[in-house]
Amino acid sequence: MNRLLPRALMAPAVLTLFLWMIVPLVMTLYFSFVSYNLMQPGDHPFVGIENFQYFITDPDFWPATWNTLLLIGSVIVITVVFGVLLALLVNEPFPGRGIVRVLLISPFFVMPAVNALLWKHMMMNPIYGVLADLWRFFGAQPVDWLTDVPLLSVIIMVAWQWLPFACLIFITSLQSLDREQMEAARMDGASSFQRFFYLIIPHLGRPMAVVIMIEMIFLLSVFAEIAITTNGGPGNESTNLTYLIFKQSLMNFDVGVASAGALFAVVVANIVAVFLIRIVGKNLD
Amino acid sequence: MQPSNFLPQLLRTAGAWAVALLLFFPLGWLILTAFKTELQAIHVPPLFVFEPTLDNFSEVQRRSDYLLYARNSLITSLGSTIIGLLIAAPAAYSMAFFRTKRTRDILMWMLSTKMMPAVGALVPIYVLAQTAGLLDSLTALTIVFTLSNLPIMVWMLYSAYKDIPNEILEAARMDGASLWTEFRHVVLPLSVGGLASTGLLCLVLSWNEAFWALNLSSAKAGTLATLIASYSSPEGLFWAKLSAASLMAIAPIVVFGWFSQKQLVQGLTFGAVK
Amino acid sequence: MAYLELKNIEKSFGETQIIRGVDLEINKGEFIVFVGPSGCGKSTLLRLIAGLEPITKGKLLLDGKDITWAPSGKRDLAMVFQSYALYPHMSVYDNMSFALKLAGVSKGEIRAKVEYAAQTLNLTQYLDRTPKDLSGGQRQRVAIGRAIVRAPKVFLFDEPLSNLDAALRGNTRVEIHKLHRALGATTIYVTHDQVEAMTLADRVVVLRDGLIEQVGTPLELYDHPANRFVAQFIGMPSMNMVAASAIPSFSAATGGRLPSDGFLGVRPEGLRVHPKQAAVSGVQGRVELIEALGADTLIHVDVGGVPLIARQNERTPLHAGDDVAVELDPSVLHLFNHEGRAVPA
Repeated sequence: MNRLLPRALMAPAVLTLFLWMIVPLVMTLYFSFVSYNLMQPGDHPFVGIENFQYFITDPDFWPATWNTLLLIGSVIVITVVFGVLLALLVNEPFPGRGIVRVLLISPFFVMPAVNALLWKHMMMNPIYGVLADLWRFFGAQPVDWLTDVPLLSVIIMVAWQWLPFACLIFITSLQSLDREQMEAARMDGASSFQRFFYLIIPHLGRPMAVVIMIEMIFLLSVFAEIAITTNGGPGNESTNLTYLIFKQSLMNFDVGVASAGALFAVVVANIVAVFLIRIVGKNLD
Repeated sequence: MQPSNFLPQLLRTAGAWAVALLLFFPLGWLILTAFKTELQAIHVPPLFVFEPTLDNFSEVQRRSDYLLYARNSLITSLGSTIIGLLIAAPAAYSMAFFRTKRTRDILMWMLSTKMMPAVGALVPIYVLAQTAGLLDSLTALTIVFTLSNLPIMVWMLYSAYKDIPNEILEAARMDGASLWTEFRHVVLPLSVGGLASTGLLCLVLSWNEAFWALNLSSAKAGTLATLIASYSSPEGLFWAKLSAASLMAIAPIVVFGWFSQKQLVQGLTFGAVK
Repeated sequence: MAYLELKNIEKSFGETQIIRGVDLEINKGEFIVFVGPSGCGKSTLLRLIAGLEPITKGKLLLDGKDITWAPSGKRDLAMVFQSYALYPHMSVYDNMSFALKLAGVSKGEIRAKVEYAAQTLNLTQYLDRTPKDLSGGQRQRVAIGRAIVRAPKVFLFDEPLSNLDAALRGNTRVEIHKLHRALGATTIYVTHDQVEAMTLADRVVVLRDGLIEQVGTPLELYDHPANRFVAQFIGMPSMNMVAASAIPSFSAATGGRLPSDGFLGVRPEGLRVHPKQAAVSGVQGRVELIEALGADTLIHVDVGGVPLIARQNERTPLHAGDDVAVELDPSVLHLFNHEGRAVPA
């Protein structure tokens, strides 16, 4: 009984997650090597690495990869840098701190779909949007965000949504900062700047790594914002890997090529995940 | 407080408030617009002072398909949360109290399944759903939501169970408690908080989920995410209503989010930040 | 026949063997103390008796019944944990009545028993509170009350005083002693504090590295330690241990009974320190440190490179650095051979 019970308790979770992991993976592997179009019924002949070649030689491939890197990189830089600064700003008590925290945290819980529409219509519309009004207030010509700088617009939207996350992580981490160490440094004559550099930054090193990696994993899958605002365009200017694969599979209905692309994305994600798991694993016991 | 501290403190307070208001502005603007008439909403320059109206909300409510989508969101979120808890709780319990050499590896493996991009599974899941006739069905969405959130739920419940000191369970054992009694009288009451916050987090994540909702559903099983997404083409005089609809869609979750900040940090970083 | 018998108990965790063969017989009503340095296995042994860990090898018998494989709840034992392990979500009353409730005892009987125990422990006014509203000392009494209410065959205490501050520790120690006299229950008490061992125990079991070094009454262990380890463990400050060749005149005082590669043991109260000028006999030494405790005075001396501690109840005019002569009382000498075992006097 003593050995059966634990296994029985874990079985549903392990089994379902295993299927959730294996079935799509095996299917994707299979699809990537055959010719399969959802619109064309019939058999799926084996085509070797043709799908992979097709995916990589797609004129949208390199732009999409580049956009993905740019998107992820920019959002990470923005959220980490400003996240740290904001967290430091809010770390010490001041009147209304609770409300400020609530205000700062809110964007993270907004549905990505609402997020996209909010920015598309409210903020970035070149005629009626708030940003347009602001530009006009300063006498400048309003920017047609989604047409002229689509990738930047997406970056702004996503960064706005994830900044609270980074901020929250850093706030939590700062609370475990050793007060006595800071006081000792102050007594040793360290300036605020020195204390920041030599004590706070190293302490935040681990949360920063975690934030960067979590964001890398989730940002790779940015989809709703692009689908709802720019549809990857104009052209492929704001297409990322996820959107490209989506386009291949559910718009071109070419399952084979899409699967090849998906494998590519999975490999990339795997690399990041390995590092993240190592960090998390160290914390588990 | 020493007088020399006053100026920095003032600057800090002003700075924090300024940044917070700036960051919150888009959301705040959404809230304001929801109470405007359509004409007021597109007024140039933008209006900050106006007479609020509740017409938009009642208008949106009258549209029956809004209620349908809201109902779908509710069903899929609640469904995935409940099913997820039912699967995750025993697994987490087993890993916390019947720990073996492999427990750590299994936990890490579960977390790794969460780290794979959803797009990697898009095609197979779509094909499977199509073959099973489950496209555009609440069943498919609920299953997918459950599986997406399962690793996080297992992790958070594991963490909650581990927080119960082992000696209390040993005391129960010495008092003559069987395994079931131990669970019912000691573990359950002490882990209710963890169960609640895990459920809350799953609710938030499922409700906001857009990728699978957009790809696996259309007319019948669409959630609020898909409804909002369908408004992506501008139709002119409808922003106030759109804001009202959006506000109704996000308000409960944002409020939940305020209450579950700590759990969010723990859940989404898999405990790497405490 | 003994009430509780441990027969050749062994316990291993994987490759590591913690308990390496323990035989013990405990009589009904005895207060037994397990004492020893950290890592000696005393807590593990207690947990084996409680059934919280399975016994690797050996047998455990209680009141004639073999309970080696019985689950904890069925052994009729009660344990007071080091961290008290109270149920945080239950009131004091519920904490104390939990076991009885599980056993199906009637509500009226439960009420009577709990109230009686609460009265004995001065907990009556706290019955409705939850543990987080109680002080450390009060929580500890609830933990004890939880055990008393069950009227078990044996009480098990796992370092119950270690989380209390010094003043409270002394008071509670006395209360535990009085409680034992009132209830007369068989008790096994684990501690690393030898003062608790000496004052509470009917018999003391000294453990080291998973084996019993010696079993006996406190004074037996004090006056006739079976080996060097017990000799130096019991008694504060510990017994002075001198190699046979280190101070020849001391070794000579044993009349040749001390093996040349053995050790001579003498307790601090067996040494007398005199100022050099006043000395008639004794070995030369120099005072390193004086510790004046009020009722006792401890004099640390260096005798030819060997550090010794002497104890006396009179105050001393000596200071650090003074030259002195150290005398030995030959009637309280302990002799140990090369392996550390006592040589009969």
